[in-house]
Amino acid sequence: MRAAVIVFPGSNCDTDMFHAVKDFTEAEVVEFVPHTANSVAAYDAIFIPGGFSYGDYLRTGAIARFAPVMKSVSEEAAKGKTIVGVCNGFQILQEAGLLPGAMKRNKDLKFICRTVDLKVENSKTRFTSSYDKGDVLRIPVAHGEGNFECDDKTYDQLQQKGQIVFTYVDDVNGSKGQIAGVQNEAGNVLGMMPHPERAMEAWLGSEDGRKLFTSVYRNWRESNVVTN
Amino acid sequence: MVNVHVYITLKEGVLDPQGKAVEHSLTALGYEGVEEVNVGKWIQLKVEDGEGLDARITAMCEQLLANPVIENYSYKVEREATV
Repeated sequence: MRAAVIVFPGSNCDTDMFHAVKDFTEAEVVEFVPHTANSVAAYDAIFIPGGFSYGDYLRTGAIARFAPVMKSVSEEAAKGKTIVGVCNGFQILQEAGLLPGAMKRNKDLKFICRTVDLKVENSKTRFTSSYDKGDVLRIPVAHGEGNFECDDKTYDQLQQKGQIVFTYVDDVNGSKGQIAGVQNEAGNVLGMMPHPERAMEAWLGSEDGRKLFTSVYRNWRESNVVTN
Repeated sequence: MVNVHVYITLKEGVLDPQGKAVEHSLTALGYEGVEEVNVGKWIQLKVEDGEGLDARITAMCEQLLANPVIENYSYKVEREATV
């Protein structure tokens, strides 16, 4: 597996993401790819990390979504490549129209930075197959705009098609249906507000994020590597 | 050039946490009779006048300035009075 970690001006979780992919998958290649790159076609999995791309100006993700690299990310998403957006990465994917919904300010208007309980709602995805449905994970959140909003029709569709991948056990930020992570209809693009890449080591508080990365890797290997 | 004022608000039915907080604050300060507070954005642009002005402004709003998933926009074109 060849993995890319996209870096925008203002990304600040790129190094954590890089180490999560590098240390917890058997990816042959993990590379930082700048926002100015014209193509990510050489990669099998593309990770869009958290941060404050372009200072969150206008709306979170609104400017990053037009960075040169995003055109190629959209093209690769359409081809079925694996795309994972965390926090600001999720917001960028929403702005790009690759994932449903939009983020509002947290309901109490505060930036929330703490570890929360996250429930796996769908374990039949390429991102969560190493978990079991109903698993409760301890994963940090760090966001001011994570209040997931969509219209009722979209919400029904998300439910019916198993696109709700993670929910918060408690109402953390006002998100509709306590949604914390969703995938697209095709199942190859995931966005989540909590940071699995910050939950990779027990001595840092939690290692519950590891299985997300092992899931991505295993699913790539199963569909791409011929074993005897 | 014309001055274009773009106003962006959350769509009706989308709960506005900022508006709610401001409303509570006003009530706490003793201002009565304030029923609904909405917080939005105002963006001012200087745009070249001429053909297709509305289409250009609309395109800018839809592509970048507003997020149609949760936001509405409106705009006002202001031409300087000619003497």
